[in-house]
Amino acid sequence: MINFRRSAAVLLGLLATTALTGPAPAAADDEEPVAEPPRVELVLDVSGSMRAADIDGRSRISVAQQAFNEVVDALPAETQLGIRVLGATYKGKDKKVGCQDTQQIVPVGPVDRSAAKAAVATLRPTGFTPVGLALRSAAQDLGSGTTTRRIVLITDGEDTCAPPDPCEVARELAAQGTSLVVDTLGLAPDEKVRRQLLCIAGATGGTYTAAQSAEELTGRIKQLVERAGDTHTRAPTVVGGANACESAPLLAPGVYADREAFSEHRWYRVPVRPGQELRASVSMALDRPVNRDYGVLLRATAADGRELVRGVDAGSGRADVLSAGLRWSATADDGDADEAEETSTPVVEPTTVCLVVSNSFAARPGTAATPGMPVELTIDVVAAAPAPNGPDLGRGWMLLVLLTVAGLLTGLLAGLLTRWWVATWREN
Amino acid sequence: MRTALLRTLAAVLAAGGATLLPASAVAAPTPSPGATPVNRAGTSFLTATPITAGQPVRVDASVGDHLYWSFPATAGQVHEINATVTFGKARGGASTWTVDVFDGLRRRQACTAGAQTPTVDAQASTVALGCTLREVRPWAEPWSADPLPGTYVIRLSVTDLPEPDLGAPIDVDLLVGTVADRGASADDGELAAPLVPNTRAGTVLNAVPPVDPEADDDGDWPADWLPDLGSRWIWTGVGGVLAAVAGVVGFALTRRPRRA
Repeated sequence: MINFRRSAAVLLGLLATTALTGPAPAAADDEEPVAEPPRVELVLDVSGSMRAADIDGRSRISVAQQAFNEVVDALPAETQLGIRVLGATYKGKDKKVGCQDTQQIVPVGPVDRSAAKAAVATLRPTGFTPVGLALRSAAQDLGSGTTTRRIVLITDGEDTCAPPDPCEVARELAAQGTSLVVDTLGLAPDEKVRRQLLCIAGATGGTYTAAQSAEELTGRIKQLVERAGDTHTRAPTVVGGANACESAPLLAPGVYADREAFSEHRWYRVPVRPGQELRASVSMALDRPVNRDYGVLLRATAADGRELVRGVDAGSGRADVLSAGLRWSATADDGDADEAEETSTPVVEPTTVCLVVSNSFAARPGTAATPGMPVELTIDVVAAAPAPNGPDLGRGWMLLVLLTVAGLLTGLLAGLLTRWWVATWREN
Repeated sequence: MRTALLRTLAAVLAAGGATLLPASAVAAPTPSPGATPVNRAGTSFLTATPITAGQPVRVDASVGDHLYWSFPATAGQVHEINATVTFGKARGGASTWTVDVFDGLRRRQACTAGAQTPTVDAQASTVALGCTLREVRPWAEPWSADPLPGTYVIRLSVTDLPEPDLGAPIDVDLLVGTVADRGASADDGELAAPLVPNTRAGTVLNAVPPVDPEADDDGDWPADWLPDLGSRWIWTGVGGVLAAVAGVVGFALTRRPRRA
């Protein structure tokens, strides 16, 4: 008896350890190495209003200069930093000349710390605020490439040189194909400045911060420069969706960027072989003011227009992106045809699945309709996961208890019957 | 003899009960000892900062930022997300905050419990957000929206506020905890690949690529058809053995002790 109980306990213990050992964690995503170093440009407003001494009793420009020095000191080794100023040189009153006043004082590249600090130290608040032109020039400074670029715009006043309207410029730059993010920092608690900076940040997927102390400003710029290094991934491939399936671009797995106007449908095609699963997701960015309620719909259709599956999401209020996703693998009716083909010929033609992205965003009065809103499309094709067809067996501790109790009762019953039978047989 | 039988039964039941209970107990998430705190956050799905359950996050941000983190989940797990936003000063009006969770396909996930979209008044100094996710299923049909193993993305943002409050500094604390891990068996189905988003830049094809015939399955290794340790085959087999042993024991209990 005692021996049996001990071995039962050992067996249970063994089972417990196997059952409690969790499944292996998902394999880490091996990132493809990026050849380019992260590139950031700080764009500093040195217009006359930066003289105002309203941040902890110091002038805005001196706070900005101190922040720049600290950022340059703490710069990660691989990050390439450039500095551009606007309104720094022209002292006159001619708006036409003043609005061309923007220079790159530190070229984008590996930073020479002492030279950069010296260049920043000589800045004196002077002229106009050509934010739009400075943004356009900064985008040129950063060049085009395969990774995301960041501009950090630090200003205290609204653009005095529109047109071009800086927000329009930001949207135009974001739509040009190079992945560009503009983070903005406002140094003055002014409504017009805030609106303008929010608009620039929103149009490019950047952030807006109202810096009200030297510490906040330094911390935030450092964070943004650091983030440029962290989020330094290859930018999505730019693709132009078609307005019908037949002419749609054929996409391999990966991330793509496109633009879609209000109520537009954009088509893409993906080849999916039998035994494979299509995974697609789409995000539409709210880069401009839109009506309160909105939605995005991603549908997968067969070449003949039958809908296979859809992903949908709707929302309301403030948001950065609205996303939907779907999975689909060839089964049932599609699978039958493909399997028949597979047995006859070893090479199987992939099914071409059409993906269509549509949206129900609505423009507010005065909202520009072009360029379209940013669309980010992620395509993946992996091995299909067939439905589980495991045997009708059981699992779990209750099963073991049940079987053991049933076995015990059966044994007892058999024993008692045998006893009764033997007793009866002996008597007779 | 009867008492011996009862004792055996009680021992089996106690052993079963003791191992069942901890698996279903639910506890609030706490930081894992020794976990490295994270002090950054991403700003989009592609740049979400990867974290793991039990790793505390503390980051400085601005009101209006959309902050993204991602964490891995495996079948049978239930995750709970707790976040606290601390404000530096009073604001112009009430604000509504939200923590949204998406799976690897950017599909919105439901919260089964927790304050997902709390609203706080202008004077509040903190706001606490929470979201308990559904149990991650090992397998689901491609057409379903069940939570599956893979990467989950958390987005923390403010959805409604007076516009002048945007840009003010805030501190965000966040912790993802695994509150239950029931594991899963391969018999219940398995995804061929977890829902981990593909973050590589794509390539536009000119023609449908040819199928390479080598890409098919590469033979059956013994490990492929041998049932794994948690499978139904093993559980039921062990159950059969236990039943047989218990049967013999039961039979033996009815025998009179042999006279010496």
